[in-house]
Amino acid sequence: MAHLASLFAGALFAVGLVVGGMTQPLKVIGFLDVSGGSWDPSLAFVMGGALVVYGVAFRLITKRATPVFGRRFQIPTRKDMPPRLFIGAALFGIGWGLAGFCPGPAVVAAGSGMKEALLFLPGMIGGMALFNAYETWRSHQQEPVLAPGANGDSESKNGNGAAA
Amino acid sequence: MSPDFTPIPSLIGGILIGLSAALMMLSHGRIAGISGIVGGLLGPRPGEVGWRLAFFVGLIAGGLVLGFAMPSGFEVAVTRSPLAIVAAGVIVGFGTRLGSGCTSGHGVCGISRFSVRSISATVTFMLTGGIVAAVVTHVFGGSI
Repeated sequence: MAHLASLFAGALFAVGLVVGGMTQPLKVIGFLDVSGGSWDPSLAFVMGGALVVYGVAFRLITKRATPVFGRRFQIPTRKDMPPRLFIGAALFGIGWGLAGFCPGPAVVAAGSGMKEALLFLPGMIGGMALFNAYETWRSHQQEPVLAPGANGDSESKNGNGAAA
Repeated sequence: MSPDFTPIPSLIGGILIGLSAALMMLSHGRIAGISGIVGGLLGPRPGEVGWRLAFFVGLIAGGLVLGFAMPSGFEVAVTRSPLAIVAAGVIVGFGTRLGSGCTSGHGVCGISRFSVRSISATVTFMLTGGIVAAVVTHVFGGSI
């Protein structure tokens, strides 16, 4: 039942992206490029619609003690603003503007068999694997520094799966 | 302004995305951040695979069905070499993991919570995305 809810949410997300126009690279690029007089603001409506609905729903849902199928709500608590937040976001924007795909639409468009998405998605997964390798390498680099006295517990909390 | 302006379908699409993200919070207590969900499938941890995989399969299945039901939703209409597309994919994959989120996790879920981290990330990726889109369109003549 829990997996079914997740499966349905994924399919609903896919419908929203396609109906909204997020799986059309030209439309995405026409939104990102505000210069040149042919700006297409449609995708601001995708974001606006999602923000209003989720903004209200999130506040109502988190009044509950627990989620329906989980023990607790896992809401990001980090407040720090390290360089990697900005460098990562800047890199993401560069790739998004280059091909017109962000992660969700890339997965959905790959499901539809779109040739461009079938090239983009393996690249994206490769980039994520590259990040994991970078994180592993970095944690090894830091070990000798942490060794005396510190048990490194602050490291283990960072860099896990949850987005935002 | 572009003649391709589609405010109503885009607003409906956005509402559906908001509902999907709300369903993930209600059912699993999780943020519907696509880069986080997909990234968590690589090097998976116990208890973290099932719900992520189910969501991922939902995205793929949705795309598969809509590819037949609504082929106009998948128009490419831009000229990009295979190398540029793969490179863009690698940059997006690495960048979203380094920056802890993408359009969904930061742009929708994070901004809804008034997270300063997410607002900062969203402004950043919209800015660099805008610059690259403009440069490719106007400097490279729309193909790279």
